[in-house]
Amino acid sequence: MTDIAAPNAEGLRRDAAAERFSLFALCLPAVLLVLVTMVAPVAWLFYLSFLDDAGATTLEHYRRMVEQPSYFRTFRTTFEVSVLTTAICVAFGYPLAYFMAQLPRRAANICMIAVMLPFWTSLLVRTYAWLVLLQRRGLINTWGMELGLWDQPIALVHNLTGTLIGMVHIMLPFLVLPVYGSMRAIDRDYLRAAANLGASPTQAFWRVFLPLSVPGLLAGATMVFILCLGFYVTPAVLGGGKVSMVANRIATDIEMFFNWGAASALGVVLFAVTLLLLWGASKLVRLDKFLGGGA
Amino acid sequence: MTWLSAPASETQITHARRLWLYALAGVTMFFLVVPSLIVIPMSFSESQYLEFPPREWSLRWYRNYFGSVAWMDATATSFKAGVLTMLLATTIGVAAAYGLHASRTRWSGLIQGLLLTPIVVPVILVGIGVFYVYARLGLVNTLIGIVMAHSMLAVPLVVMIVTSALKSYDANQELVARSLGASRPKAFFLVTLPQIRFSVVTSAVLSFLTSFDEVIVALFVSGGANSTLTRNMFASLRDQIDPTIAAISTLVIVLTSALLVISQLFGRDGR
Amino acid sequence: MRNAALPISIRQLSKSYGRVRVLDDVALDIRSGEFLTLLGPSGSGKTTLLMMLAGFVRPDQGIIRFGDADIVRLPPHKRDVGMVFQNYALFPHMDVGANVAFPLRLRNVPRDEAESRVERALELVRLGGFARRRVDQLSGGQRQRVALARAVVFEPRILLMDEPLSALDKQLREHMQIELRQLHERLGMTTVYVTHDQREALTMSDRIAVIDGGRIQQIDAPRSIYERPANRFVAEFIGESTFVPVIAQAGSCAIGPARLRLPDGTPDGAMLMMVRPERLRPLAGPPAADEYTLEGNVAETVYQGDSMLLRVALSGGAIVAVRLGGGARMPHPGDAIRLALRAGDFHLLPSDAA
Repeated sequence: MTDIAAPNAEGLRRDAAAERFSLFALCLPAVLLVLVTMVAPVAWLFYLSFLDDAGATTLEHYRRMVEQPSYFRTFRTTFEVSVLTTAICVAFGYPLAYFMAQLPRRAANICMIAVMLPFWTSLLVRTYAWLVLLQRRGLINTWGMELGLWDQPIALVHNLTGTLIGMVHIMLPFLVLPVYGSMRAIDRDYLRAAANLGASPTQAFWRVFLPLSVPGLLAGATMVFILCLGFYVTPAVLGGGKVSMVANRIATDIEMFFNWGAASALGVVLFAVTLLLLWGASKLVRLDKFLGGGA
Repeated sequence: MTWLSAPASETQITHARRLWLYALAGVTMFFLVVPSLIVIPMSFSESQYLEFPPREWSLRWYRNYFGSVAWMDATATSFKAGVLTMLLATTIGVAAAYGLHASRTRWSGLIQGLLLTPIVVPVILVGIGVFYVYARLGLVNTLIGIVMAHSMLAVPLVVMIVTSALKSYDANQELVARSLGASRPKAFFLVTLPQIRFSVVTSAVLSFLTSFDEVIVALFVSGGANSTLTRNMFASLRDQIDPTIAAISTLVIVLTSALLVISQLFGRDGR
Repeated sequence: MRNAALPISIRQLSKSYGRVRVLDDVALDIRSGEFLTLLGPSGSGKTTLLMMLAGFVRPDQGIIRFGDADIVRLPPHKRDVGMVFQNYALFPHMDVGANVAFPLRLRNVPRDEAESRVERALELVRLGGFARRRVDQLSGGQRQRVALARAVVFEPRILLMDEPLSALDKQLREHMQIELRQLHERLGMTTVYVTHDQREALTMSDRIAVIDGGRIQQIDAPRSIYERPANRFVAEFIGESTFVPVIAQAGSCAIGPARLRLPDGTPDGAMLMMVRPERLRPLAGPPAADEYTLEGNVAETVYQGDSMLLRVALSGGAIVAVRLGGGARMPHPGDAIRLALRAGDFHLLPSDAA
């Protein structure tokens, strides 16, 4: 057979580029959508946060955030609520995940339905349910007084307590899922090895099992904390206006004062903190391994 | 009790010593499940005040809901927005997930990151930002505006679910299909899609629910004739406790459960 | 079903990923109807080459001809090649019949004809009557056959196989090797077969192309590859071998006291003599007329069931491996031993230093 010259590198490169482009074109609609409805708005808000009413560049909105005590209170409330919610979720979610991880698969899947149920139930429906349960003449107060547990209706809602209960209810699945996933992945042989080396069951848990489940716990807790920071509906309804978190403050700034600069600046800070936390957490643990575990 | 004094497993303490764990897990699951369900019996109460168990049963609040033009309009808007969001987000999300999965360029990481960011951006920021941009584009209070914003919120879910399905799917099948004479699109529709259909249906259901349940963006960009159900529910939750909401909530729970069952059935013979 | 097979010719085929050259200016001619095996270690580029033939990997440059047509820029679905993958890649959402009918459906073959062709293809792989079975009801070997039927049912003129037997257990694998070989004889398609298993390559192929580092090291019939490897890599990759450094001088060389005559035309200088362990035999009496005698001591013995392996330190200093039948008497380490080597049973390679 005769030898053939191969000057076709150029054509092959073009084919490769065309294929790459057609695959990229598949992503294009989604990319455009996200650019128009997320990147552009957020960038615009970022820009607005540096403008005063007259349209001149200013750091005023950020300065106010440091100087005005009302902003400081908003940040403190946001932080407190987020920390408390995360802590309560860990306190209840970790044991639940631990319990589920030791059940046989079938039983664990049934429990999983219990965990996923609120996940799938409308946020507003659940918020409404809590309102019904917790209000002054709500179920819990009625029953509590009928049973003689307390005499006067206690304030369970339109305050921090109500907000926390509602938020924990929403956030628990986000904690349980990754923790459960990481616990299932722990090989029982580690515990057998620990027992073989002389560890008591309690020691084996603290020294072996707990450390191995930490990545899932960290991923879940980070996710819970970050989602808490941006909460709006629950504090607005169950907090009854008394628990003002950053998101509520942003909405108020827009709805009542039309103060786009101040609202934008708050939004920028909220987003920046979120990104910072995500970045920090991703240094410690592979978040993507645990996210999407709910699907 | 022999069960109590037996260790939970060969490397664990006895059941008796960790009864507290079972109690805690039980209480937590009770906490997770029961509150959502309690609105169901309450929606059938005759009373203006929410009582449990209701003293008298009636369909009063359902009549109230179905008789109200405002509620009906809002419901129609929510359904329209939900279905359109489902179609849009699922289509472009599946396309993007496939595109990202099939190409391995240095851009794909960046694009994937971009498509997933809506998960971590605080929704309130999206809400006011979209409102600001829409005001300039004349999209405020329009169905298309709601659908676009809701689709953006749903796209990351679709991309995540479908990407993980594509990862566990045997890519050789698509190669085989192509070697046997199928063009790339044909191979996708004949071989790949049927096998990731469970994930596609799941993402479609999730997209619908994302839109149907969404409150914050709807609060800012839906209004007037195009108010969504959630927007109206939220408004009436802030004002007073109207038992009509219990009826609506019950219907929403029924709808959600139905969708879940459908998506489960659809994916039965999946793998 | 037999129809004209196509020859394949490849020229100047190259591919790099970043700095790694996966294929380096490969030229290869595959005859029509030939069973050619691409044999090499993992990462050698053999699978990349196969994927280029199928159209799934695009080379940086080069020409691939099926017959007279340059198909290097043709997309996979227009190439008309049958392909069988390592994991079979049967479509789980279709039954066996639909799997095999898939390529016919894409070619708009009428239903009746398609059905009879599917049945014929299934009979060919001895799965007649399996059309309505579900894929997950099949054993590994059966799946492999369905994949094969699917790849040949549309009568492609080239068949590509990517380690199709590696997922099967040893016994089934050996059985399928023979079956594949028979099928090839019946169908006569040009077949390119990728494997890293040298025994499989030797058993099945008309010719073997040994690939390493993105280059074809040698292409030849199995026997020639085994007995006359082109270089040390081929010699080591295929079969067991030991190397004795020798100095060629005026057509002969010395190993200890023995003086071996080398083939005509051997240049003077340092060489490597390759010896296969099974071609050495312990000598009790005098050697045959065409045998040389090598002397040494047993250094190590390994019992391996059907055979025994000895390491023998020759009196020249080199160490050779010797394979004995399982029934032979096992010598002890330290025993003096004499080995017989026939004149045609060694092969000279250029020395490493060269």
